[in-house]
Amino acid sequence: MNFVALRMLVADRAKYFSLIFAIAFASFLLANQISIFIGIMTRPSSQIRDVVDADIWVMDPQTLYSDEVYALRDYDLYRVRSVPGVEWAVPLYKGTGRAKGEDGRFRTVILMGVDDATLVGAPRKMLVGSIYDLDQPDAAIIDKAGFLYFFPGEPLQAGKTLQMNERRVLIVGISDASAPFQSFPVLHTRYSQALGFVGRERNLLSFVLAKPAAGVPMGKVCERIEATTGLRARTTAQFSLDAFLFYFRNTGIPVNFGITVVIALIVGTVIPGQTFYIFTVENLKQFGALKAIGVTNRRIVGMILLQALVVGGSGYALGMGISAAFFARTLNYMPTRGIIFPWQVMLGIGVVVLLVVGLASLISIRRVLVLEPAVVFRG
Amino acid sequence: MATDAIAVLSRNVTKVFGRGDNQVHALRGIDLEIRFGELTMLVGPSGSGKTTLLSVITGLLDASSGELVVLGRRPDRLSQEELILFRRENLGFVFQQFNLIPALTAAENVAVPMMAAGVKRQQAVARGEEFLGTLGMAHRAHALPSELSGGEQQRVALARALVHQPKLVVCDEPTSALDGRTGHAVMELLSATAVRPDRAVIIVTHDSRIFDFADQIAHMDDGRITALEENRKNGPLTKSAAVYEAAPAQTDLGASQMIGG
Repeated sequence: MNFVALRMLVADRAKYFSLIFAIAFASFLLANQISIFIGIMTRPSSQIRDVVDADIWVMDPQTLYSDEVYALRDYDLYRVRSVPGVEWAVPLYKGTGRAKGEDGRFRTVILMGVDDATLVGAPRKMLVGSIYDLDQPDAAIIDKAGFLYFFPGEPLQAGKTLQMNERRVLIVGISDASAPFQSFPVLHTRYSQALGFVGRERNLLSFVLAKPAAGVPMGKVCERIEATTGLRARTTAQFSLDAFLFYFRNTGIPVNFGITVVIALIVGTVIPGQTFYIFTVENLKQFGALKAIGVTNRRIVGMILLQALVVGGSGYALGMGISAAFFARTLNYMPTRGIIFPWQVMLGIGVVVLLVVGLASLISIRRVLVLEPAVVFRG
Repeated sequence: MATDAIAVLSRNVTKVFGRGDNQVHALRGIDLEIRFGELTMLVGPSGSGKTTLLSVITGLLDASSGELVVLGRRPDRLSQEELILFRRENLGFVFQQFNLIPALTAAENVAVPMMAAGVKRQQAVARGEEFLGTLGMAHRAHALPSELSGGEQQRVALARALVHQPKLVVCDEPTSALDGRTGHAVMELLSATAVRPDRAVIIVTHDSRIFDFADQIAHMDDGRITALEENRKNGPLTKSAAVYEAAPAQTDLGASQMIGG
């Protein structure tokens, strides 16, 4: 009888394709909006997640997230180093400055000053050059998007120069740093060099990056740092979440995307649900005839579920295909770099589609189950 | 008459819809015997209870009271699953609006009862094609219902009702959606192929043009059998084919006149 169910489904091509396209459209809209939302909302923590050597970030107690920082005093570094359970601790500067290109174009840049001795915090994904080139005088590593902004149309190469605070910045490497929220270029330099690039600031120490000693839990070390120094200590994961939550609570981004996601959910639920329901109701007489002939309710439920699974599966597959093509296309586009289509989103939408078609089927099935087969005798 | 020759035995069967003040007595004590090898017609005006009686006989509705034996079984003593199985194995249905599945070809529609019984599709469709051939429809086996005329659709419906060799064939207004000539042709085919010594045929109709195909006619009104004509084919009321075509089409008038008569 599965054959009969499928033939009934595809017989009305207009309805069949409208069902599939409605689910595909809703799936695509959900995938697109949720993935972009996740991509954008994880950008504020890009520079945190790019630091892979250290596990703990120590900061001023009032620091809420990584983009607004009140500098620590230099001796705070030594206080953190003295906390039991801290394997090592290094300084990190994170701030903004203005860089000017050779042709006069300028932009605000995110400047990361990494520890001179260990280069902890330096970018790990290098497209040109090496992080050890930071040893050179005035050296800095710029991210690909920044390079393309300052040197449009030129091949990625080291040796170009910028100007910051009336000082030469020698580009010694190009990194594949994660895109920041503000879409500013990201420059990495040595901690000692950063002071020259940003101008006179009494304190430069934005963060202390620390590593817990072997066998000491990160949470425990954070607690000890906070108790000993009075500073705030967060693990990389916690600090990334702080950044996410700050933007989540203080911007209209979640509302904006939320509305689109809700609309996609409504469209994805109501249109396919209603169309599938109407489809079943229009076939009610035929289901009645099948019941009269001797097809069991169980078999009819199976037929309807099969129909729902086929349209749901086809629509979902089409929607995911379009989404995958979209994100494959935009992956290397600078403004949307780093915004990917997480498999968790794909899985989640699959569950949503399953729920939608399941709900639509249940309503339809109910109509068929309560249907008196005697209805077939009513002209 | 021996009871083994009786396909359907109804004793004082009633059917009441609704409760309290909203009660509707659709059947008021039906006594009827339907024999194997005969074509029985239930006739009467709209609302007389003939379709309800057909639904009760086929187990699609439960009787409110009375005793009903169908092919030696009592539908009221069968579970829903047993009833479905009973219908699938023993009953063939012909509906007023044919109720063919528009997405399936004629042969596939005929194959549906067999597929419902678990026969593999290819085997069932092949049997459906073969059976259509016996009804002169082999050349239309691969046509969709929308490509068939009303008469052809009813022939397909007839094939679907007979393909699994049921012991009881029930037809609900099989000619009312057809013109007089086509309706007559369908009835000729039905009486030629469906009526067999081991099978009973029940037709609900108010189409007076086809009454002469009946062995027995139960005239119904207001939930009761008001008159019963037996051995009709051999009786004086037999009409020729020419009379069917001349008779007024599909009105209750003919039936009422006969009841009155």
